[in-house]
Amino acid sequence: MSAVVVDKVTKTFNRGRTDEVTALSEVDLTVADGELVSLIGPSGCGKSTLLRLIADLIQPSTGTVTVAGQSAGQARKEQAYGIAFQQAGLFEWRTVLRNVELPLELRGLSKRERKARAEEMLTLVGLEDFAGHYPAQLSGGMQQRVAIARALAVQPPLLLMDEPFGALDEMTRERLQSELLGICTQTGTSTVFVTHSISEAVFLSNRVVVMSARPGRITASITVDLPSRDDAGRQSPAFFEKITEVRQALRGTPAAAPPPRASEGAAAGTDAR
Amino acid sequence: MKWTRAVLPPVIVGVLAIVAWELTVSLGRIAPFILPAPSAIWKELVAQRQNVWEAALASGTNALIGLIAGAALGILVAMAASRFKPLTEVSIPFAAVLNALPIIALAPILNNMFESTSSIPRRLVTAIIVFFPVFVNTLRGLREVNPIHQELMRTYAASGWTFSVKVRLPGALPYVFTGLRQASSLAVIAAVVAEYFGGLQTGLGSRITSAAAFTAYPRAWAFVIGACLLGLVFYLTTLLLERLAMPWRTRLIA
Ligand SMILES: Nc1ncnc2c1ncn2[C@@H]1O[C@H](COP(=O)(O)OP(=O)(O)O)[C@@H](O)[C@H]1O
Ligand SMILES: [Mg+2]
Repeated sequence: MSAVVVDKVTKTFNRGRTDEVTALSEVDLTVADGELVSLIGPSGCGKSTLLRLIADLIQPSTGTVTVAGQSAGQARKEQAYGIAFQQAGLFEWRTVLRNVELPLELRGLSKRERKARAEEMLTLVGLEDFAGHYPAQLSGGMQQRVAIARALAVQPPLLLMDEPFGALDEMTRERLQSELLGICTQTGTSTVFVTHSISEAVFLSNRVVVMSARPGRITASITVDLPSRDDAGRQSPAFFEKITEVRQALRGTPAAAPPPRASEGAAAGTDAR
Repeated sequence: MKWTRAVLPPVIVGVLAIVAWELTVSLGRIAPFILPAPSAIWKELVAQRQNVWEAALASGTNALIGLIAGAALGILVAMAASRFKPLTEVSIPFAAVLNALPIIALAPILNNMFESTSSIPRRLVTAIIVFFPVFVNTLRGLREVNPIHQELMRTYAASGWTFSVKVRLPGALPYVFTGLRQASSLAVIAAVVAEYFGGLQTGLGSRITSAAAFTAYPRAWAFVIGACLLGLVFYLTTLLLERLAMPWRTRLIA
């Protein structure tokens, strides 16, 4: 069974009005169990829209979304996924710890279990010393890490992440990438990961899905198979080959040019912006 | 250090103002029925301290009861109104118009509806005046929910009740306290001014009018000072409550 099946989905906002926007057009996407799929594309191409459709926060205009064999709506009601948005969206009246506890609270876990799990997640994102702080006392990057801890806290079978590391510094970003990979492989979590960083997409993913704008559609699906996903993996020729391939797919040119050698690729910028 | 820097300037300004006042009155030979000197007022305040205290207690009780009743009603009605969108659309302009009316003008009419020894008309006027700022601010707070919070709670499949208790109400708290801050000062003004229209002669307002009627102006001013202090106590208590209720707020008046 696939974790996510998006079948011929079109999403039109403000249909019938002058400001009508076709955000997605005839999109098909399948995420296998345990697979990590990245969505990459220019801003406005509908990445967030696709993620929100999977989360059942918006409904498709046509087509269907299936999550874990159920309709997206049913899956949401069963809390079959954890989600992290571009903005942290913390509850400013709750301490950091109680923010991470909230989804657990709503699942009816006991106070002790909740606290233990939340503390574990805060340690994971390196914020165990800030459990008693309020969000307003934290930097933007730290708030984002709390939001990630909150999304992971319920240990969901499916993770939906919308540019979660965008606001983080490079060091934290790489550490959290490794942590995320560790969690996903350990627990077999399926993940849909929106990013605008090519290197992040290639490093994390089993598959990079490239999208184009106006109307948003999927233009390429590139399978990535790195020898290892660690610092050695970041240096491997396969890594740079895939970066080139994704970049060319983003530009809309066919991947005909020979891939550069590793030394050249290392110098190239790897950001889709 | 930080504290003294916040407190010192207003204290200095206050002391200078009082000195200037004293000098203006004594050197300018202003008639005491126009403006008594601060020293004369102070003398009366010390002499009348027992009376001022008792009158402040009487007016303060009315203000407090009116404040609690009006605020509770304002919050409850705002919660009810926020549940039904059409009601909200109607109630906000309605409340704004009512708020602009001089409700204190109701005091003599209410006085006639109750016995002359009753405190109820004063408490009623206070409650009505307090209602509007609390209602309007609370309603605004309840309506303004961060869209990400809304979506997150949707992904947690939270019920409407859970959403209200865990997100809507705590999110509205800063607005509620904005309303309460306005209301706390208004409550004292309303309770004191309502006494100008007759009825029981126990509170600050009736003491001010009777002292003025006997041309005892320094005494009248002593009770006015009492009313100012009472208003200050109400306002500061509200600030303290706000601090206690919202420990996540780093600034006192945001
Ligand atoms: N709620 C909405 N109402 C109207 N238009 C929207 C809405 N959400 C997104 N859009 C439009 O859909 C397109 C895709 O948006 P989005 O999915 O946010 O892009 P991305 O995340 O890839 O940057 C954009 O043109 C955006 O303006
Ligand atoms: Mg987006």
